[in-house]
Parts: sequence; structure tokens; C-alpha cells
Amino acid sequence: MYQYSEFDDAFVRERVAQFRAQVERRIDGSLTEDEFKPLRLMNGLYLQLHAYMLRVAIPYGTLNSVQMRQLAMIAERWDKGYGHFTTRQNIQFNWPRLADTPDILDALADVEMHAIQTSGNTIRNVTADHFAGAAADEIADPRPVAELIRQWSTDHPEFQFLPRKFKIAVTGSPNDRAVTRAHDIGLRMIRNEAGEAGFEVIVGGGLGRTPMIGKVIREFLPRADLLPYLEAIVSVYNALGRRDNKYKARIKITVAENGLDEFRARVDTRFRHLRSHFRGADQAMLERIERAFAPPAFRSAPLGRYETVRETDPAFRSWTDANLAPHRAEGYAIVTVSLKAHGATPGDATSGQMRALADLAERFGHDELRISHEQNVILPHVHRSDLPEVHSILGEHGLATANVGLISDIIACPGMDYCALATARSIPIAQEIARRFDALKLEHGIGELKIKISGCINACGHHHVGHIGILGLDRAGVENYQVTLGGDGTETAAIGERAGPGFPAEEIVPAVERLVHAYLDLRSGRRETFLQTYRRLGIGPFKAALYPERVDANAA
Amino acid sequence: MSRHRHSPKVVTANSLLEGDTVWLTADDRWTRNISEAEFLEDEAVAEDRLLFAISQHDIVVGAYLADAASSGNGPVPVHVRETLRTKGPSNYFHGKQQREQPLALASHFERA
Ligand code: HEM
Ligand code: SF4
Repeated sequence: MYQYSEFDDAFVRERVAQFRAQVERRIDGSLTEDEFKPLRLMNGLYLQLHAYMLRVAIPYGTLNSVQMRQLAMIAERWDKGYGHFTTRQNIQFNWPRLADTPDILDALADVEMHAIQTSGNTIRNVTADHFAGAAADEIADPRPVAELIRQWSTDHPEFQFLPRKFKIAVTGSPNDRAVTRAHDIGLRMIRNEAGEAGFEVIVGGGLGRTPMIGKVIREFLPRADLLPYLEAIVSVYNALGRRDNKYKARIKITVAENGLDEFRARVDTRFRHLRSHFRGADQAMLERIERAFAPPAFRSAPLGRYETVRETDPAFRSWTDANLAPHRAEGYAIVTVSLKAHGATPGDATSGQMRALADLAERFGHDELRISHEQNVILPHVHRSDLPEVHSILGEHGLATANVGLISDIIACPGMDYCALATARSIPIAQEIARRFDALKLEHGIGELKIKISGCINACGHHHVGHIGILGLDRAGVENYQVTLGGDGTETAAIGERAGPGFPAEEIVPAVERLVHAYLDLRSGRRETFLQTYRRLGIGPFKAALYPERVDANAA
Repeated sequence: MSRHRHSPKVVTANSLLEGDTVWLTADDRWTRNISEAEFLEDEAVAEDRLLFAISQHDIVVGAYLADAASSGNGPVPVHVRETLRTKGPSNYFHGKQQREQPLALASHFERA
């Protein structure tokens, strides 16, 4: 794992010291809120509906056990004993007091973490495939590149006041688990005809009020050209991006308004100029970083009780079916630990659960943990012979739910339960859907189905790329939920289509149930997923299921 | 459209130190209980009280006027957002509801 250099450590400590002085001056009245707000946002501190909220970056979603225990300690000492893992591989603490936040940031610095650039019009936390370094289908671990981008973008003097926030995602695998097509820049590792690894560069994706799938600006970028090319894109955006209108300020609009060809031409010109300035220091740095991400010493061992327990314990079998993914090393598996127990808040973990996960990582997982954009925790390297024990320990902490990728594995943003921008709640809808399908005992029969819920048009819950997306709106002071269908956040990315008028809160769960029953009736067989059925048949039959009374009216 | 009728308001904000929701009372205090808030039926008075609230920037943050209705027990919120602000989130027994009934917390949150 990457370790802070002396420079990194001194930089983070100095920022905490500055922020401590800023908080003191705010509390003693020498700074007004207008003066203080940009300063606190630079350090990840928001003000939400009921309290402050501190957003902490988990770069490329990677944590070790010491860091996870520190997050548990922070949650217990300065918050209410839990944290919320988000779709952007951050953790949010929902209840810190203003005066405590400098101490929290110091405690984070003790374990090489911070909240810098988790807000504001800067390059945000760089996200990566949560199976990085473990996935069987991977070309190379994307995290060294993500770390390189993080070092380049942190405190980059030219990019502290971009037209709008800027999000970069990297995946090392052709199967896109990092939603690269919904980011300002997405990097997908591929090989060219000569077999060399490089990147497909995608630009101008994004969700929010104008959802767009990113476009390929460069089909193959050699690895050595990465930083100058990224710098070229961001600097062209910095010059061209609109600062007159917040809703038109993201790079997706810059690309749409100028046209991809014009934008690409400007990037190429800028790139030619910049490339000569990068004299290989970035490549030397990348080599150093790569050494820090050397794979762990995988062991070669028999599978032990794994197969026999699978034969005899149905709960274990069902968990291994749903929550494991293929690992590159013989005998190993990638374990996704679900933070979506039926009826729980998606993405929340208590301090006790965080400690249990840290212990498991240390004992069975080469001391590595990941946070996924789907708001789950990953143990990336577990030998299959250890899985029965891991499963039983997870069970003791309410963490053994066998539902990854299924209908109750829902992404939900904080919504109006916490968020000051929200127009409706999202968490209770997620809780109800999960409870309902658990009670129906249908979810394993339904198979892969991704529901994603946002509490307002900003789309933090990724509803546009949910197979079923739910968007909470405000209709004259009452919560109302709009459904989109057929969204997809993977390498076959698509924005979901709006199905029709929204539903009041008490009708949205029955509406989802009608959709699912329609799918079960329509699918060609058990192997055809919801998304495949939707793509085969189009929205028609699903609309009919959502709005049966309209069909009746038309027929009459 | 002609000017809409003024609907009654309360002045609300978040406290600087805790971030907790607070309401302005008729005697210039900040209360954590909306039922003690000043009920503002006159639009001009409401605007004036808001200016006073904004001037208190070393005590509160982000003051604004929120719709309210009167009840036997003082003002009550109208909009669901404001209802949540008076109670706390719906997924855990945290926030103001917790302060009122502190014993309910642990059992509600630590699920089996
Ligand atoms: C609670 C405080 C939050 C605030 C104030 C906030 C604010 C926003 C805003 C204003 C946008 C729209 C940006 C635009 O379209 O230009 C946005 C987008 C987004 N946010 Fe949040 N958000 C919050 C929480 C979260 C959480 C908890 C997550 C993760 C679960 C998240 C992840 C995202 C993502 C993925 C997007 C859409 C991708 C994109 O940028 O196009 N945000 N957020
Ligand atoms: S989608 Fe809206 S409600 Fe949900 S977290 Fe983002 S800004 Fe808040």
C-alpha cells in the first residue's frame, strides 16, 4: 500500500493546523460565515439539515486495518457510532461538532487520511475499480495510476478554482466496475494491437440534472502520456468551461457545446505543448508508486472445508453464490461484504462493524479493505479455505447478508433525512424495498437487478444508471418518486428512460413490485436478467405494469 | 400571476457550534424547539425578523423563513423537510427526537 512521504505528511498536517486556526477565528467571531464557508468546504466540512457533515476521502477506495479502526474510533468519539460510505468512495460522518473537526482531521492525518478536495470546484477523490489488484479479468492494478493522479491533482495550483467540481475514475479491467462513463474523465485500461497497456480516455460523462454518457476522446493513450494528457483536458476545460451558469459549468456541457471534435483539437494542441514539460519525472514517480502496490504474497493451499461447508450449509452456499467474485490467484476469492442487511441504511457501518472488518482483513485478507461505489466493503484477497470462518464471523456482526447485485443491494443517497439539497427521502424507500422483497423470498429468484435511489436531481445515488432508478421529488411539499428504467453503469453504459408520472411515497414500493412481477413473467428464462429483458422488449410492457389503470382506460 | 398571499412563517437556522436546528423566539432567543418560535403572520415583520437573524452570524448559520402553521402547542412545520428538521432523520433515533427520549437510542440502532 502507498505510504505518505515526509512531504505528504507535512502538507496534510499544515492544512489541519491552518484549519484549526480558521475554526477558532470563526468561533470567536473574527470570521463571518461567508468568509468561513469556502474554507470549511476545502476541508470537506458541510452543513446539513441537522448537523455538520465531514466527508473524508478514501483514495481509490483502499483502506488497511489501522485506517478502518481509526474511522471506527472517530465515529465513536466524535460522532454517533457509525459512518456512511458513499458512491464516491468517501466516508461521511453525519454529526460532528464544529469545534471537534480539527481534532478529527488530526486523527485522520495520524493514519494518512484527509478530507482535502472532497468538496469545491476542484479535482475530487479519484475513484477506482474496487476489485483492483485482485480481479481475474484485470490487465493491471489501476491504483498506482490513481495515486499518481491524486498526487498530481492535490493542491494543483492551476486547478483549485475550476468552473465546477471534477471527478476522475480509473479501471484496470475491460469490465467497467468504476462507472467510468459517468465521470468527467473516465480511464479504462486496454491493450493495443501490439499488446501494450494504455488507456481509453472518456470525457464528459456525468449524472445530475443533465445526465450524459461520456464520449471517447482518445481511443488509445500510452501510459507514459497520461499526466500531460489529463492536464491538457483539464486546462482546456478550465479555459472554456462556463462560469456564468452553474448548471452549464460541468465539462459534459463544455464538450456538448463546443463539439467533441473541436474540444479534442484544442486538447491535442495543448497536449503537444505540455508533453515536452513532463520530462519523465512523472514516470519515475509512477515506478516508485507501483512498488508500493506490489501484490501480497498469495499462498498456495488446499481448499480445506470450503466445498464440504458449501454442500452442507445453505446459508454459506447462498452467500458464496452472491458475494464472491473470481480472484486472479489460484484458491482465492474476492469477498464483497454487504452493508445492505434488509431494512438497514445502505452504506452505513457501525464502529463495531468497522472493527470486525478490520480484524478480518488483518487475519484473513492480507490487511486490505476496499469501499465500493455500490456502498459495500470488499475483502479483496481471501483464501477459500478461510471463507467458512470469515462467513461465520461476519454473521456475528450482522454483515453476512447474501444479496450482492440483487434487488436489496440498493444504492441510496442520504436524501432528505440528512441532505440540505434534497427534495425527498431516499433511505426509507430503500429500506422498504429491501424488507418487502425479503419477505416475499423472491430476491434470489429475480437475480441481478440494480436499484438506485437519489433524493434530488443531483443524482448522487446514481439513479440514472440503475436498472430501476428512483428519483425523489417535491410536489407541493409532498414527496413524490419518479421511475427510470434500463439504466446501466458498466461498459455498456446507458441512461435510464423515464417511465411516466411519479408515485407518492406509499405507492412506490408496490410500483417496483409490479415491475418485478412483469419481468418474471416476461423473461425468456432464469438466465435472462432484468436489463436483458428490458433491452429485448423495450419500455412498453414495463410501462403497462407500472400504470395498469392507463392501459385499462385506453382499452375502454 | 398576482402576488401570492403571505403564508405564516418562522425564522429558522442552524446553530454555529453544533449545526443543530434552531428557531427564533419573540424575545430574541434561539430555541431548539419549534413550538417556542415566534409565529410570523405579517410579511413585513417576517422580513424584518429575518434581517435580525442574519445579523446574528456568530450564533447561527444560514437563517431563512420557513412556512409554519399554528397549533394548540405553538407553531408546527408545514413542509416535510421542516418536519424532519424538527425531529431528526427517519432511519435512526438521532437528532432532536433522541434528546427528548434518550433511552430509545441503542436498541433502535444496533440491529441484530
Ligand atoms: C450530503 C451532501 C451532498 C451534497 C451537498 C451533494 C451535492 C451534489 C451536487 C450539487 C451534485 C450535482 C453536481 C452537478 O451536477 O454539477 C452532486 C452530484 C453527485 N454527488 Fe453529491 N452531494 C452530497 C452527497 C453525496 C453522497 C453521499 C454521494 C455518494 C453516495 C454523492 C455522490 C455524488 C455523485 C456520484 C454525483 C453525480 C455524479 C456527477 O457529479 O455528475 N454525493 N452532488
Ligand atoms: S442526490 Fe440530492 S438529496 Fe441525494 S445526496 Fe445528492 S444532493 Fe443530497
